[in-house]
Amino acid sequence: MQADAVFFWIFATILVGSALAVIVARNPVHSVLFLILAFVNAAGLFLILGAEFLAMILVVVYVGAVAVLFLFIVMLLDVDFARMKQGFVQYLPLGALMAFVVGAELVYVMGGFAASPKAALPATPSGTLSNTAALGEVLYTRYFYFFQAAGLILLTAMIGAIVITLHHKAGVRRQNIAVQNARTPETSVEVRKAPSRAGI
Amino acid sequence: MDLSAYLTLAAILFTIGVAGIILNHKNIIIILMSIELILLSVNVNLVAFSTFRGDLTGQAFALFILTVAAAEAAIGLAILVAYYRNRGSIAVEDIDSLKG
Repeated sequence: MQADAVFFWIFATILVGSALAVIVARNPVHSVLFLILAFVNAAGLFLILGAEFLAMILVVVYVGAVAVLFLFIVMLLDVDFARMKQGFVQYLPLGALMAFVVGAELVYVMGGFAASPKAALPATPSGTLSNTAALGEVLYTRYFYFFQAAGLILLTAMIGAIVITLHHKAGVRRQNIAVQNARTPETSVEVRKAPSRAGI
Repeated sequence: MDLSAYLTLAAILFTIGVAGIILNHKNIIIILMSIELILLSVNVNLVAFSTFRGDLTGQAFALFILTVAAAEAAIGLAILVAYYRNRGSIAVEDIDSLKG
């Protein structure tokens, strides 16, 4: 057996196992941690496939940002998770049935696919570039508008998340920079004549 | 490994994600995590096709899917925080104020 096959089976087994653990774990913190494990193993699979840039993005963006965001939210919100776990066994047959149907459809589709002869020309990199450079060559030329749209989506998400979660409490004294900058010695310093031995 | 191994893996992962949405239909945080699993399986599909066809388009679109998934997680969790602050609960069965 070749080395990449061995590593494929290792990563694939841990990926499927941790994905199962995500949906059956009792504690949502454990779910998030198994989600992180799943992402790391998927990054390993991407490395085997030669997509190094996406593997690193998966680790940095997903494990570093999204999964930690999930962890933060799970720990921030004081939720009764035991109550949410009710109905798990009750819905197990329905869930298994739906999963079976979807899985069977996917396998059926997978067995009979073929690339269309009218498909667009493959975007192959020129020369012997590294994966990152080749991806950049495709991304910044052929999919430039998609790339800009992706940036716009991220900007929208950022502004939306800030607007949704930001709230000003009433009665909290805040720094007013305009008022601070408008201060002059005339408005803030009072000169008084103090008589000797009398004080003010 | 050939392409069908990766496609089977992605199909299994997608199925687990769909099952997770149904089984954890009361816990919206787990539902969001299941959606992340589904998006991950789509990415595995795209990257596998990209490699075995020698076409970088799949990887470019996997990158876009990662972008959208990150945006979706950020907005979804922000909505959860805002909802919890207003109503004190994020159980799916309590989110029924539009029911009339």
